[in-house]
Amino acid sequence: MAEKAAGPEAETWHLRLYVAGESPKSLAAFANLRELCEEHLDHPYEIEIVDLVQNPKLARGDEILAVPTLVRRLPAPMRKIIGDLSDTDRVLVGLQLRAKQEP
Amino acid sequence: MGRPTLVCGPAGCGKTLLAMEFLIRGITEFGEPGVFVAFEETVEELVDNVASLGFDLQQLQDDNLLVVDHINIAPGDLEETGSWDLSGLLVRLGAAIDEVGAKRVVLDTIETLFGAFENAAILRAELRRLFSWLKERGVTAIVTGERGDGTLTRHGIEEYVSDCVIVLDHRVSEQTSTRRLRVLKYRGSLHGTNEYPFLIGANGVSVLPITSIGLQHAASMERVSSGVESLDEMLGGEGLYRGSSVLISGTAGTGKSTIAAQFCVAACERGERALYFALEESSSQIVRNMASVGIDLARWVDEGLLQFRCVRPSLLGLEAHLASMQELVSDFAPDVVVLDPISDLLHSGAGEEVFEMLTRQVDYLKSSGVTAVFTSLNNNKDAENSDQQIGSLIDTWLMVKLAEGDGRRHRVLYVLKSRGMAHSHEIRDFELGVKGLQVTGVYHPGRVSA
Repeated sequence: MAEKAAGPEAETWHLRLYVAGESPKSLAAFANLRELCEEHLDHPYEIEIVDLVQNPKLARGDEILAVPTLVRRLPAPMRKIIGDLSDTDRVLVGLQLRAKQEP
Repeated sequence: MGRPTLVCGPAGCGKTLLAMEFLIRGITEFGEPGVFVAFEETVEELVDNVASLGFDLQQLQDDNLLVVDHINIAPGDLEETGSWDLSGLLVRLGAAIDEVGAKRVVLDTIETLFGAFENAAILRAELRRLFSWLKERGVTAIVTGERGDGTLTRHGIEEYVSDCVIVLDHRVSEQTSTRRLRVLKYRGSLHGTNEYPFLIGANGVSVLPITSIGLQHAASMERVSSGVESLDEMLGGEGLYRGSSVLISGTAGTGKSTIAAQFCVAACERGERALYFALEESSSQIVRNMASVGIDLARWVDEGLLQFRCVRPSLLGLEAHLASMQELVSDFAPDVVVLDPISDLLHSGAGEEVFEMLTRQVDYLKSSGVTAVFTSLNNNKDAENSDQQIGSLIDTWLMVKLAEGDGRRHRVLYVLKSRGMAHSHEIRDFELGVKGLQVTGVYHPGRVSA
């Protein structure tokens, strides 16, 4: 399941979304992620979905405890964002697309 | 079985080791594979740490009996956006359990999760789910937790793990530390509620319940010689009962150690084994000094019948002393044990605790059928009183003193008590000569010494 958006000659973002089965949270996270990438991301990107129920061993690789977890594998540094990604502002902060707002 | 147990205590009290031993014993003694989830230490660190206790984790992992999984939580690098759950952990744990068919699981220390996640409400709900999931899987779990301020654990996880709670403690009194263990709660079981001292030794964790040894040891009718003929005569003519305990009290330089050494030699001459715990002198010093009164200990050391163990009382805590003695006793299987002197132990801890420890030592030796000789140094005036407490544990109590008369000092010896025999009540003179200890005659201040 890969998505590509046309864009300038920028680096391709590799995003990996860890879920556990097709739970409402997983589906919500995926929908939120797509929407967010379309709206806010100028780079080409790939989204990879990893279902831990089918591949339990993969949880070790990225030290996944909570699901859903979004991992930005590229560009470095690696970033992890957990939750159903419903809080768009915080996702953008997590992906370093927006500076953390001062309270 | 099938229930989670919480092991909690302050840093360095042995939680991880207790949990690890639970898994390893499960594998080696009960055929139950295990999973160890480490949130704090890496797998390599764990393997190294428990190797010092003789556990080979690598081998168990290679044999597919154990999974050690380090979960790396870097606090603060997670952004939380809306609702989440711990299915990732459950899936990972489930996979590890399935990998070896685990029956036992350790989570050490699950509380570190509180440092990783912001939303404590979700985390608590998820921990509750985790524990009920563990119960459903039918695995027996140990969860460790650091003691908090006024609570058992820092984040109150005892709320979720409520079937069995073990509290570990590490206390320092008189500059020696003692580890203690207490079962705070164990649903559906009659459990001891006392605090039990425990040790982490070369064989892992050992708990030494004070009350575990009952007064049920069989009393032997067999008599053994004390090594001094005339002393045997004073003890109903036949010497000591095998497996009894003997206390030799006296002031400095009265010959307590000599009597003890003579007793060892007598045992070795019968082909028995003797174990000599010296708390004041080195073995070579004892051997040399005894040689000066004609007692040849070196010969029996060479023959392997006599073994010395010389250690300062302050080196170890009381529990550690007791355990190391018991370990040596069970390894060497002696017929006679000498502890010289027990009064030194009084400096290594509070009086009551020393008494407790000696009680257990006496009980332990008695139940093993070992004849025990203790010496005790005390001041002249109040000798009988100062050893009164320990004296009540003892079967045969000898008193050695220096008495003045005829312009010289006399060594005198008498039997204060000796259970189960018609013993002499005389105060006897004795000499320490080139042939060891010789009891001469009845002490009589007016008598002109020969």
